[in-house]
Amino acid sequence: MGQKPLGRDLLETQVLIIGGGITGVGLARDLALRGIHSVLVEKRDIAAGASGANHGLLHSGARYVRSDPMAAVECREESALLKRLAGHCIEDTGGLFVAVEGDDEAYAAAFPSLCARCGIPCQAISPAEARALEPVLSERLIAAFQVPDAAVDPFHLCLDNLSEALELGSRVMLHTRVVGFDREKGRIRRIRLMNAETGAESAMTADLIVNAAGAWAREVAALAGLEMDLLYSKGSLLITDQRLTQRVINRLRLASDADILVPGGTVSILGTTSIRIDRLDQIVPTVAESDHIVDTAAAMVPSLKTTRYIRAYAGVRPLVGSRALDDGRALSRGFALLDHATDGIENFISIIGGKLTTYRLMAEKTADLICRRLGVDRPCLTAVQALKSFPANQWTAAGLAPKLWMKANAPGDLLLCECEMVPASAVDAVIDGIHGQGGSPSLYAIGRRSRVGKGTCQGAFCGLRINAYLYDQGRLEGQQGLADLRSFLSARWRGMRPILWGTALFQEELQEAVHCGYLGLELGGRR
Amino acid sequence: MTEPAPLTCDLCVIGSGLAGMSAALFAADRGLSTVLVGRTGEIIFATGLLDLMGVHPLEAGTLWEDPWAGVAAVVKDLPQHPYARLSAATIRAAFQEVLVFFETQGLAYTGFPDRNAAVLTSVGTAKVTYRVPLTMWKGVAARQSKADCLLVDIQGLKGFSACQIKATAGGAWPNLRTVKVVFPGASPHGEVFPERLARALETEGVRANWAAVLEPHIRGASAIGVPAILGIARPVAVMRDLEKRLGCPMFEIPTMPPAVTGLRMKEAFERGLAARRVGLLLENRVFRAIVRRESEFLLEAGRLEPERTVQAAAVLLATGRFMGGGLQADRHGLREPIFDLPVHQPERREDWHREDFLDRRGHPVNRAGLQTDEFFRPIDATGRPVHSRLFAAGSILAHQDWMRMKCGSGLAFSTAYAAVENAQAELQAG
Repeated sequence: MGQKPLGRDLLETQVLIIGGGITGVGLARDLALRGIHSVLVEKRDIAAGASGANHGLLHSGARYVRSDPMAAVECREESALLKRLAGHCIEDTGGLFVAVEGDDEAYAAAFPSLCARCGIPCQAISPAEARALEPVLSERLIAAFQVPDAAVDPFHLCLDNLSEALELGSRVMLHTRVVGFDREKGRIRRIRLMNAETGAESAMTADLIVNAAGAWAREVAALAGLEMDLLYSKGSLLITDQRLTQRVINRLRLASDADILVPGGTVSILGTTSIRIDRLDQIVPTVAESDHIVDTAAAMVPSLKTTRYIRAYAGVRPLVGSRALDDGRALSRGFALLDHATDGIENFISIIGGKLTTYRLMAEKTADLICRRLGVDRPCLTAVQALKSFPANQWTAAGLAPKLWMKANAPGDLLLCECEMVPASAVDAVIDGIHGQGGSPSLYAIGRRSRVGKGTCQGAFCGLRINAYLYDQGRLEGQQGLADLRSFLSARWRGMRPILWGTALFQEELQEAVHCGYLGLELGGRR
Repeated sequence: MTEPAPLTCDLCVIGSGLAGMSAALFAADRGLSTVLVGRTGEIIFATGLLDLMGVHPLEAGTLWEDPWAGVAAVVKDLPQHPYARLSAATIRAAFQEVLVFFETQGLAYTGFPDRNAAVLTSVGTAKVTYRVPLTMWKGVAARQSKADCLLVDIQGLKGFSACQIKATAGGAWPNLRTVKVVFPGASPHGEVFPERLARALETEGVRANWAAVLEPHIRGASAIGVPAILGIARPVAVMRDLEKRLGCPMFEIPTMPPAVTGLRMKEAFERGLAARRVGLLLENRVFRAIVRRESEFLLEAGRLEPERTVQAAAVLLATGRFMGGGLQADRHGLREPIFDLPVHQPERREDWHREDFLDRRGHPVNRAGLQTDEFFRPIDATGRPVHSRLFAAGSILAHQDWMRMKCGSGLAFSTAYAAVENAQAELQAG
């Protein structure tokens, strides 16, 4: 069961992976399939960074045919592979690239041949045909092409990668932060860890340490005394309350702001922006960004100006800086595998950058390097072996909980989240899954693994119901529930604040009337 | 469809929340012919607790034990707050009139003389409020004296856990016990709904059965706390009957809204206003308002579309904020949809909300709203009333944050009271 830190005992592992994003969990699985057990430490929760804050777009590669043909080819190969091997996390929606009046006609004209050059299927259709497929598209369309883009559930993908690695004997420590490296003669001899929730410290030794911390890779490298040339680009996205299109819609132009609309189950996800930030505490979507996204994307889908938005969120793209590229260490423009042996630390590797679509390839390349370093001669299996599907991880899919709930028709199984129809049994299953990952079942953690808090109430009511339920189940004690409710509401708020107009503002007022007017949660611990 | 004849009245109240309902009551009691047009009414979200003034200044989170002293401080510190346009005597008179009305409708209230009370909430926090339904009152004393109490919750009632209340409040109040019971006649597995439980408890047989369920658990407890389900129309009678059967004092704890507590007020107002011959156009909204002459408003009201016209000599706008539809927001600003009145508001949407939801200072957008003259008439950019007989009351008014200051009911009653009196004076002046 739980992977409790071993207190004063020194934990040992062959490979320590730092970071529970898609890169880290993908690597843990790849290694596990080769018989190499790892320990993965994550300072917050699975997919808490960019892996959980993106479009959920499985790129066919068409978006990169001009700017980065190599990345385009990688995307084409990887997306085809994932559709085969991780199909349960993917909705193969297909995609449309559309240009509207005023867009670069030359680019539109060149697009089919650029796709052909990268081997990406691309079918020209008339604007009328495109509008027949997706009626919300603008009447001002001038060109449209069909490509094999798809939608992927990044949470589900991350969790299944992790679960398979765990099943094969790897370990995970959530809410565990690396606080220091003890170096000795060109090696990291000991890794010092701290549990972010309890403050408990522990230590670990590892033959190899992999820094897969995404945007936080620079901070991890700094703990080892290394400077990493990493830039941060914030991207914000908006979630609509309904699914607007069946397919992924891309604006046919060089990658720019607010030019992708991706269906995600029962909603659509619109984005992004690209704003250079200096600090990682600035990853918050803003009012100005939401306006910019809506105004820009409305050229492609006019109803985006009037539709209701549920939430905004922001992720950060770690961009490998120019120096790393000049060093020639980048495998492609997409990601970089840095062997810090060249920096004087022989057992430290960083894998940075990359895309959700190419996570498997990144994991493969990293695991190849690890195998070489460990002298293990085992082939990569992730390109041939299907990702296992774990029932505890299935609850992120919209519509699944209500379907199973209605089918089971168990009278005692109350719906705790009424917007997304998540029953108590699903919450129980999610909590079991969290325990299996050594995590603690906060509302936040439950929300990341299910549809809880993702509906129109944004947690205002389901948070209270689940709180009450967890107390009844003996899973909460003392004032834990209040603290958890406050932090859940605060986390949800960051995403609500930029889209509070129209009906969303109505909903906010109701939430505030309940949580502040009645319950007085803003008054802190005052009683 | 032939259009029905216009409804003619002295005063048309638009809005069916606490402000609109109480305004119609005040108007009818003063002999004004009154029509009330209101949508469902956010009144069903009410906890039943009547706030006067709880927290000020928000930055410091200062809780006022004496709400009147709190009101005086607000009047001094925030000269634009609606309370600053009212005398304490007016606020008292408004409260008094509503409380007497509620009592005649079976919803007796009580409280400390000139002092706030702390009521236990469904998550175990304490809510500071001024007037408390009699059905909740013994909980205030029990909490104060940390009495040995039994907290009851009901199998299948979501969002209400006695364990949670005990765990949260139990640090300071250790003598709490809990029990979860199956409600008589309900399945031990299914979901139960507060409204149905409350209606069931209005039947003597159900009360007898429930008392039999609760009785073995009392074991010397000095009071029993239950979710607010003790009937709709006659909660005090329901409570007294159960207390008699159990030989133990009982108190209610508000449940998550929308709740029985709100329904009680809604039904009480509807009964009382109908008896006073107030024209009730419930589930109705005003689609268009025409100011025909200086002395006459034509209001097109209906459910999904305009169905009939109300011809009123004066109008009181009590349409609330975003939930009530009194204020509407798009990405570019706030507006008042019926008369297109000027709305005082932050300059940019960036300034509407703070970065932290629970920021004690409250969100600036919640102080947006209508600015009025001293008679509660909305004013235009030049500071003059938009119309001599157009009044506004309740949460639509600017310069207050009722959710954070805990002044919602007092604001609703007292501004409605003053606006009605001013409307009456204006009508008499002809």
